[in-house]
Amino acid sequence: MSKEELKAYLELTFPTCKFENSIDFPLLIVEKESFFAIAKQLKEEPATNFDFLFCQTAVDYISHFEVVYHLTSTQYRHDLVVKVMLEDRENPVTESVYPLWKAAELYENEIFDLFGITFLNHPNLRRIMLGKDWPGYPLRKDYSDDFILTPQS
Amino acid sequence: MGVTEDNLKDFPGEVFSDDTGKANFMVTSIDKLANWARSNSLWPLTFGTSCCAIEMMSTASAKYDWSRFGFEVARATPRQADLIIVAGTICKKMAPVLKRLYDQMPNPKYVIAMGACAVSGGPFYYYSYTVVKGVDTIIPVDVYIPGCPPRPEALLEGMIALQTKIKKSRAYVVDSPKKEEK
Repeated sequence: MSKEELKAYLELTFPTCKFENSIDFPLLIVEKESFFAIAKQLKEEPATNFDFLFCQTAVDYISHFEVVYHLTSTQYRHDLVVKVMLEDRENPVTESVYPLWKAAELYENEIFDLFGITFLNHPNLRRIMLGKDWPGYPLRKDYSDDFILTPQS
Repeated sequence: MGVTEDNLKDFPGEVFSDDTGKANFMVTSIDKLANWARSNSLWPLTFGTSCCAIEMMSTASAKYDWSRFGFEVARATPRQADLIIVAGTICKKMAPVLKRLYDQMPNPKYVIAMGACAVSGGPFYYYSYTVVKGVDTIIPVDVYIPGCPPRPEALLEGMIALQTKIKKSRAYVVDSPKKEEK
């Protein structure tokens, strides 16, 4: 599907989600509650067939976290970015997409390690790089140690 | 051919001639002799973690050729090496590995910290949660070479400085504390 067709299709299929046209990938903003069902439908629906997760990451917007999924279809060669907002900064939890895309295992381990976002139903969620006793989550905006300079004001 | 005073000019001691006029006697100390041998056959460990390692390899290759100073036998195992050139960034995941490599080397062993990262953390000193702030927080360092990365000439200078340091060390004669007589 082209970008326009994809947009028309997604707006028709998921009327509760917000759709945006960005400069590179079309963007679908999904509620946290309905996220897993929508991801499953995006993957399994023959019309879209998003069978490949080529990037998964998170962004810290200080007020909230956002988990970003880059999907593509090896059959149709169309791409889609799905974003989920996590309001709870103290204890951010979302559903793992490991059951849909196996690639998510390591991505989610990395996000858990560096952002502290917990993924439910992940097979082996652990601190993959920093180790068990690392204090804090380094890619959060409020992370600090002795070597991070703060402006004098 | 033969031993002459000319080709013994690096010998750390005195050379005497016999009644034929040729060099035949040498007088030196065990320390000087051992240090002479050690400093001129330092075997570096093949260890490099980033761009400084490229300069180190360049120093080893034909253009700069550290073999001229006795460094040519780079060893792939710490059991056979007596010099470790920390060439590059050491991150916190690498730190225990480096410590183990150092512990596995036989005595006497020497360490050169090559480049800004190994000296102090360098460009990763601030705003980095992964980089060790200087390799001397893990293992003792003999010679520091600044630069990012240091040129091969700088590495050679540092290695020659290490040789000078070894030549001045006292390996065998130890001033052991004497018992106080009451």
